Amino acid sequence: MSGLDQGKMQLSGRGVVCVRGGREVFSGLDFEAVAGEAVAVVGRNGSGKTSLLRLIAGLLIPAGGTIAIDGGDAELTLPEQCHYLGHRDALKPALSVAENLSFWADFLGGERFEAAKSLATVGLDHATHLPAAFLSAGQRRRLSLARLLTVRRPVWLLDEPTTALDVAGQDMFEGLMRDHLARGGLIIAATHAPLGIDSRELRIGGAA
Amino acid sequence: MTLIDLANPTRFLALTARVLPWLVAATVILLTIGLYQSALAPDDYQQGATVKIMFIHVPNAWLSMFVWGVMSIASLGTLVWRHPLADVAAKAAAPIGAAFTFLALLTGSLWGRPMWGTYWEWDARLTSVLILFLMYLGLMALWRAVEDPSRAARAAAVLTLVGAINLPIIKFSVDWWNTLHQPASVMRMGGSTLDKSFLIPLLLMAIAFTLLFVTLQLAAMRNEILRRRVRSLQMMQASQRAA
Amino acid sequence: MTALSALIRRDIRIALRVGGGALIGVLFFLTVVVLMPFAVGPDLALLSRLGPAILWLGALLASLLTLDRLFMADHEDGSLDLITMSRTPLELACAAKALAHWLAAGLPLIVATPVLGLLLNLDMVATGAVALTLLAGTPALTFTGMIGAALAVTLHRGGLLMAVLVLPLSIPVLIFGVAASQAVIVGPVTFGAPFSILCALSLVSLVIGPFAAAASLRHGLD
Repeated sequence: MSGLDQGKMQLSGRGVVCVRGGREVFSGLDFEAVAGEAVAVVGRNGSGKTSLLRLIAGLLIPAGGTIAIDGGDAELTLPEQCHYLGHRDALKPALSVAENLSFWADFLGGERFEAAKSLATVGLDHATHLPAAFLSAGQRRRLSLARLLTVRRPVWLLDEPTTALDVAGQDMFEGLMRDHLARGGLIIAATHAPLGIDSRELRIGGAA
Repeated sequence: MTLIDLANPTRFLALTARVLPWLVAATVILLTIGLYQSALAPDDYQQGATVKIMFIHVPNAWLSMFVWGVMSIASLGTLVWRHPLADVAAKAAAPIGAAFTFLALLTGSLWGRPMWGTYWEWDARLTSVLILFLMYLGLMALWRAVEDPSRAARAAAVLTLVGAINLPIIKFSVDWWNTLHQPASVMRMGGSTLDKSFLIPLLLMAIAFTLLFVTLQLAAMRNEILRRRVRSLQMMQASQRAA
Repeated sequence: MTALSALIRRDIRIALRVGGGALIGVLFFLTVVVLMPFAVGPDLALLSRLGPAILWLGALLASLLTLDRLFMADHEDGSLDLITMSRTPLELACAAKALAHWLAAGLPLIVATPVLGLLLNLDMVATGAVALTLLAGTPALTFTGMIGAALAVTLHRGGLLMAVLVLPLSIPVLIFGVAASQAVIVGPVTFGAPFSILCALSLVSLVIGPFAAAASLRHGLD
């Protein structure tokens, strides 16, 4: 496994149809994103931004169309090359900050970076041994970001990533995204607020 | 919002609209002949006229298992092929199967009253059918518990298939348990030596009841499809208001 | 393998830390057994005859009730999404979670059995037999119950509905578990026959459970 140097990695969707609860959210959606590029998915509430991310992550099954990745690690499926940062933090309050992080590092597998260093990057190195229950919403988000740094996966799927982050946190996060793109990563973010980095806009659900 | 996923059901509706009247007619004719033949059948030398309950009981017992088989195939259709009609079929079949199972229990218990001297005996067959009935009811509760039909369909499909694997195991366990607790004290009916005068009405009734199931099933599927159309029209209306 | 052992270690750690998650099952087990003499009367002869049945019913209910949130907790905090996206097949992850649950909640029940056997006037041999059958049979309860736990995620609801769906599936385990225990105490069959069927049931559920649970979870995420 050679990390993120996979040449020209490209994520593309063709004619994707999303149906949820018997209601068609969007249909005939085409999109693509190449390595080193950030795509900001915008649209009004209920237009299917979160659904699109979950379709890419393999957590929803498209009612039609295809989503594929080219030039990535051929042995891995698309979801296995994605990091999904959703509304929910996937943290266990009973476990300490370090335990939470090292569990995901062990469980997700693949190339692994030093957990302590990622915690320092997101500004949580003072709280390593505290239970995650004591973290504030912003700190929980930072801990989730540390997961993206500890386990390297080329595609980041971010759902409203900057909620709960303070200004310093948002600056830190913009830096992380720039580093990730510079390494040849790929970001797809659903967002209402500006992403803070250069990005291409993908509008879904028609005009607002 | 397109109605693309209803294209297939539309053809189903058109087809069944033509087939159903014929099916109803065939069912009525066969049931009439079957009941007439059953009435003509001689009394059993041991069981007397009570034996005639069997002409109703056996077809119902057969259908109680057959319907679960139909639901299992439909569940495979839901999980593997994602066929749009599969979960409609599974949902429609559950209450019908439960009704047949209930009738099998009821007739079995009515037959047991003169034979065993009690309405309920923890006989291996009756006990297995009772468990089957519980599982039908559980499945129906599951269908009703969830608003979104496609979500309920997958859960019900998993449960139906697990049930299909488990039912033979449950049957085997109950048989074993029964022989352990009351060795052969219960008189068993049937055996292979059925007289022709019993066999013909029994077969006729079995075919008639199977036709009855097919008729009810198709009608229930039509209702379910129409119910879903109403639902999606209502949802369309809701989203138009929002836009 | 590190992935699976990490998952098992995490689940056990949480079970031990969160408000005695595992011990509540034992406490429930104890309470059910203590209730029995009030229902049937403090007749020691009767209690020792019913003993294995009471212990098995208690264990059945205890393991079912604690299973309710096996996947629900992970679903609510988003962990289940990440577990689905990992390189570990979902079937194996489900099996690992069930194993962790059995270690944290099933084993303590078996350890508690001798004490409860005393309350029910069971002798050493009988208590040993019940404990042995529970050891062989509770994995089947856990792995059958996990199907219900996975359905609970799909349906967004647990509780009574799940109990109604899963309990009929555990009838064979109950039949052979109690029969094997009774065989030691009163006969008439040998211990070996029902016990080996009980083991077979556990092995079968070891296969069916994870596949059914994974199928349900995969289709049920939203």
